[in-house]
Amino acid sequence: MLMQGNVACVEGAIEAGCRFFAGYPITPASEIMNHMVKRVKEAVFIQMEDEIASISACIGASWAGVKAMTATSGPGFSLMQEGIGFAAMTETPCVVVDVQRAGPSTGQATKVAQGDVIQSRFGSQGDYETIVLAPSSAQEMYDLTVEAFNLSEKFRTPAILLADETVGRLSEEVSLKDFEIVNRKRGYTKEPFGGEMVPPMPAFGDGCELLITGSTHDARGYRKTQDSKVQKELLERLKKKVEDHRDEIFRHEAYNEDSKTILVSFGIEARACHEACLRLNGKVGFLKLNTIWPFNFEKISEILEGKRAVVVELNYGQLSMLIRN
Amino acid sequence: MKKEIRLCGFGGQGIITAGVIVGKSASVYSNYNAVQTQSYGPEARGGASKSEVIISDEEIGYPGIEKADILVVMSQQAWDRYGKTSKPNSTIVIDPDMVKIERGGKKIYEVRATKIASDLGNKIIANMVMLGALVGITGIVPKDAMEQAILDSVPKRFVGLNKHAFAEGFKHGVRELEKQR
Repeated sequence: MLMQGNVACVEGAIEAGCRFFAGYPITPASEIMNHMVKRVKEAVFIQMEDEIASISACIGASWAGVKAMTATSGPGFSLMQEGIGFAAMTETPCVVVDVQRAGPSTGQATKVAQGDVIQSRFGSQGDYETIVLAPSSAQEMYDLTVEAFNLSEKFRTPAILLADETVGRLSEEVSLKDFEIVNRKRGYTKEPFGGEMVPPMPAFGDGCELLITGSTHDARGYRKTQDSKVQKELLERLKKKVEDHRDEIFRHEAYNEDSKTILVSFGIEARACHEACLRLNGKVGFLKLNTIWPFNFEKISEILEGKRAVVVELNYGQLSMLIRN
Repeated sequence: MKKEIRLCGFGGQGIITAGVIVGKSASVYSNYNAVQTQSYGPEARGGASKSEVIISDEEIGYPGIEKADILVVMSQQAWDRYGKTSKPNSTIVIDPDMVKIERGGKKIYEVRATKIASDLGNKIIANMVMLGALVGITGIVPKDAMEQAILDSVPKRFVGLNKHAFAEGFKHGVRELEKQR
């Protein structure tokens, strides 16, 4: 089926069980909204007044027990950072799609760039972890959207699909595969914010006393803004629940790993690297990162050990900063 | 077989729609792989617009194209920008009412798509005339495949008009091909 990347993303969301979408139109992510409207029988659709409201509505929907998604581009993604931090702190699964365009600020709405690599991970204040997946084809817009939902549900944390203008808007073959779908642990608990690494998540109406706050809170959800022990425990758990599963979350593809020179890339630039790899008849190798965060330093240095790495990305060196480490 | 097609003009001419239809005709209604990309300005109308399609019987890696095998040009600005990027043996199709060019030994097919579309009742279907001409001149995909892709892609109430535009463009394309032989 010939399908646009943005449309494939919506189909992936529906496959993953997304039942709520709130968003605000922005080039080059608007097709996601447009197509979501067409799937209104499957998922509730709301156009919000802006991106802050959109992410907030998704967080609310998630606590009402459904899988929720929003989609935007750079300028809207900046606005959403507040909500993403809140979702991370309150352990709210949701998926945020960022179809990157050239920035900073409003930049060039219809042109491609990959300038949100660092923002996707460190955009909100404080120490938190996010899961960031980067698709490089219309097919991966479908596949990785499903994966983003699965990981988000499994680890109770926001997951970000870091797409770009070209991948979002190119049309190519997509097969709508069936996936194994992961659902959050729901059910009655007195401790929705502790007790285990990823606590069960009851929804509003499930009969639990739910207190949800962005302030530091204990396992039951009570605010503990003066207690350094609670703060330490909470932050460590938020970090560990993702970091300890780095190997499970990290996805990559490697070609001609034995070459002396390895191109490292993600998103649309990975396609250019792949082509270069083919044209140079295997004289260079190629490492494609499907997961950017959590960044798997061990695995990547294992592949690049003793090699010359050339990082190819559409920005002034965000991924290369990490690879250098 | 790998063919790289570049369609260019200005916003509002249906350049991107035309590209998607070419992609669909190749991947859904013929047995090829296809990938379509686009580039355009922020304006709803006016501004440069470009749509690129790669059709291949092998897997397609990078979706962008460097030099086009087939170049369809529907505005002067587009010609000035992309006219020189064709290959020496590229097939070039232009709308001569929109593009004034020096031929420089290049083989160029002229199809008055905008005029033909206006005569049919609406210049908005100039893109469909061009698709007809494209099939008539290059045979890049079977005529039926392109027509099916068009029927899939346009609103139901405009199917007749678009079909008509496609047929008219095909006729002109075939005639132009014979003229150049």
